[in-house]
Amino acid sequence: MISAVYQLTAPRMIEITYNELDISSGDVLVRPIYLAVCKADQRYYQGTRSQAALKKKLPMALIHECVAQVVYDPKGKFKPGDRVIAIPNTPTQEDEFIAENYRYSSYFRSSGYNGFLQDYVLMPHDRLVKISNDVDLCVAAFTELVSVSMHIITRFDSIAHKRREKIGVWGDGNLGFITAVLLKYASPESKLYVFGTNSDKLSYFTFAEETYDVADIPSDLSVDHAFECVGGTGAQSAINQIIDHINPEGTIALTGVSENFVAIDTRMILEKGLRMYGSSRSGRVDFENTVKLYEAHPQAVKYFENLVGDVVKVRSITDIHRAFDLDVNRRIGKTIMKWDK
Amino acid sequence: MVFAVVLAGGKGSRMGNSDTPKQFLMLGKSPIIIHTVEKFFVNSKFEKVIVLCPQQWVSHTDNMIKKSIKDDKIVVIEGGSTRNETLYNAIKYIEQNFGLDEETIIVTHDAVRPFVTHRIIEENIEAAGMYAACDTVIPATDTIVESKDGATISQVPNRSELFQGQTPQSFKAKKLKELYESLTQEEKDEMTDACKIFSIKGEPVHLVQGEVFNMKITYPFDLRVAQTMIEGAIAND
Repeated sequence: MISAVYQLTAPRMIEITYNELDISSGDVLVRPIYLAVCKADQRYYQGTRSQAALKKKLPMALIHECVAQVVYDPKGKFKPGDRVIAIPNTPTQEDEFIAENYRYSSYFRSSGYNGFLQDYVLMPHDRLVKISNDVDLCVAAFTELVSVSMHIITRFDSIAHKRREKIGVWGDGNLGFITAVLLKYASPESKLYVFGTNSDKLSYFTFAEETYDVADIPSDLSVDHAFECVGGTGAQSAINQIIDHINPEGTIALTGVSENFVAIDTRMILEKGLRMYGSSRSGRVDFENTVKLYEAHPQAVKYFENLVGDVVKVRSITDIHRAFDLDVNRRIGKTIMKWDK
Repeated sequence: MVFAVVLAGGKGSRMGNSDTPKQFLMLGKSPIIIHTVEKFFVNSKFEKVIVLCPQQWVSHTDNMIKKSIKDDKIVVIEGGSTRNETLYNAIKYIEQNFGLDEETIIVTHDAVRPFVTHRIIEENIEAAGMYAACDTVIPATDTIVESKDGATISQVPNRSELFQGQTPQSFKAKKLKELYESLTQEEKDEMTDACKIFSIKGEPVHLVQGEVFNMKITYPFDLRVAQTMIEGAIAND
């Protein structure tokens, strides 16, 4: 079967190409229905990645956050019309110790491999996680991002010591918001402090114990553990501020992507005996846990609905450009594409 | 119930020196007709995919499809001598095997348009359900001129009001049957297009937005273009 694929061939240039899909391969044929724009997609689209990266990875279909509908499953494990979250990470080798999302041998959609801007996509069964029809489709679209937070918190649980009276989240953007919401459910006894730069954005964190402007943090404020969800040019000051305010033997989760090297105060890391770990992407188990959380805590989905920004109905390549243009000017929230192409 | 009706007619005389009908030619790894039939086969809204072709090609078509898709959702039957007669045969087949009611919809499609998309098919089903008939079109890009004698222009219609017809064309089957049966033989001979039957009988035909790439592989040039489109796909998906 021939399926249209909408590829970024150069910054701000999207062209159609066509893939032959073998529907007798045993994999599941799905159709993306709602897709969410990620900052990583935006960096390819705007051409802000390095020239070397662009040359290596393009042409490629963008978008790795999507909810899809099952069209055809030759094995009958899924029914036509089932809603599924498509997992962009595809492991190719088993590893006893290294998680699927960190293996060099795994490939990741919209990072060197075609993302979900396609008419149809063939996916292995284990790369699909069924989701209830009750979950808002726009929220379902960015489940991948939520699953990354889920992964960060799951790892935090196994790494950090058990004193968790006060947890800090640095970053008032999408990842900071999602991580804070998940912490609310994962560690309900903890007092949650959120640190950001923008009072408008911080005002969305109504569920937190307290929010602070990073320029005005009380000097005696301390946290047991912290999550850095800043990235970019702000990563350096955020990490160093965390090092200042975290208690000894605290754990710092690094989650924000920065294109630059970051200078940090290693003296204080040593002196306080801090632990830092990095996390990005997520594996199947994180998607499953996220979907379980949606079912167990519908209020969490309601919080995430606040992140839904522009919803762009896509019937043409011009509409795809419009979605990216709207997204690049968005300070917080997710731009969603309703795939009608 | 919704039925796909794939029209695999033609003697293939226009495809260079080959006598093989165009739908049997390879496009990438599969014959064109397989690419097309699969689009309808995977869509669960279709009760059956009915492929119609000239009598002498029925067994060949059936064998070719069974090699790729082993499922009795697809059936191959004999078409008629004209496009509308072929459609009429499809409707009779549906009537005999499933019955025909007001809600029976047929989505008719050329076997040689393998690039049809999910959206186009879905919108055809929806529009046929709402309006009884629909046609898939794209805005005309070339200026179309009319010539009565083939030598001089008799009229240049306003291009903004012109569209190029593609397929699918979709209908409420019972309505199409009734209209077709009401035509005189002379009218039947003149009707090369089922949407035209609705139009001349004063029935509205809704437009569904097609795609430029939903091309019909008619000439060797088209096949070359289609092959190039397929080969343009990158291998890392």
